[in-house]
Amino acid sequence: MPAADHRLTTLEMAQFVTDGYLRFDGLIPYDLNRRLRKELTQLARRKAGMESTFEAALPQTGTPLSECYTDGDAIREFLDLPSVAGIIKSLVGTDPVFDHDWVHYLRGNTQHEQHLHVDAVIDTIDPTFDIQLFYFPHDVEAGAGGTRFVPGSHLRHVRAEGVGRYQHIVGDQRFEGPAGTLMAFHHGLWHAGQKNHSDRDRIMYKLRLNPSEPQVRLWNTDDFDEVHNDYRDHTFAHPRRDSVAEILRRTQSWHGEDGRYEQMQHARLWRYLTGDNNYDVDYYLTRLEARAEMLSADNA
Amino acid sequence: MIRQQILYLWLGGGALDTGVVAWAFHDGSNGEGPSLPVEEPPYRSGVAAMRDGWFLLQSPRSVAPRPGEEHYTNYLNHEFIFERRIEVTGDGSLQ
Repeated sequence: MPAADHRLTTLEMAQFVTDGYLRFDGLIPYDLNRRLRKELTQLARRKAGMESTFEAALPQTGTPLSECYTDGDAIREFLDLPSVAGIIKSLVGTDPVFDHDWVHYLRGNTQHEQHLHVDAVIDTIDPTFDIQLFYFPHDVEAGAGGTRFVPGSHLRHVRAEGVGRYQHIVGDQRFEGPAGTLMAFHHGLWHAGQKNHSDRDRIMYKLRLNPSEPQVRLWNTDDFDEVHNDYRDHTFAHPRRDSVAEILRRTQSWHGEDGRYEQMQHARLWRYLTGDNNYDVDYYLTRLEARAEMLSADNA
Repeated sequence: MIRQQILYLWLGGGALDTGVVAWAFHDGSNGEGPSLPVEEPPYRSGVAAMRDGWFLLQSPRSVAPRPGEEHYTNYLNHEFIFERRIEVTGDGSLQ
């Protein structure tokens, strides 16, 4: 559950680092879902160049989020919900940059599905990240076009379409869930639109946001000192069972023999998010850095 | 006429008897040959696929990481490609 001020907790942030997404079932209230279904349908028509009653100004890429849809109705209310604003603030800051949005309107009985892909080019290895919000304003049953995604895929350096050959990955998921569910994806998470075998049209609103400030300790850190471990939290020595490392050492079965490299990436991302350059999970980075330091001292 | 079925298995390790972590199936027989389940991995390992009649076409070689990239991950490393040849009665060209 989000902290009292609606920002994420330290352990929720650790879960985001490990899995590449967070999911909040039924977060948006019933009445707002109902109004968003109508408004997003009209926004989809407007973006497709069709006749539409959506008359609010469409935000331009690069606009601060606070200035987007100010003359809109339900979308602005959605963005201003304390629960939604708290998630956004925790991940990309108080007033992130609007990258783009899109209404993925999937008609009932659609037989087309996308290949697995990433919404990015190959990114640099710096740890900064965008988020993509995936919002479903109505119930989505199994097989009704819920987005497919692969937990733990977000830190892999791949081309956007280079993962399209993977028809099935052990542990991949197809979204199904109640109306008002919001998911926050790291921009690197592999995903794909699916067939809609139901008779009902499926609406999903996707919003990409860029950080406008360093993403360091933006969440509610009330629990930080209690759970943030040091490098001695080592699974082969003295592991804690209540620390951030316990979450960051979790890997996916599809990682196979690459699991420990994923753990190293988790630790690197956590260093960025916390500003603690000595942070580690299971001693992998610290061990290498100690050797480099020793050699450096020897050569001085 | 003979048509190919192709099965990609991505394994958790470099040995053919390690577990399947991902898979893809392409059916050149246009449904005339046997199909595979889609909800669960069709086989537990590469060896299990061979025992069911799949012939290994290609296995990956181990590649040392480039300096500076030793600890990064990208695509699935252990891609094994299998084929099964199917006798078909139609021309196999219909999609």
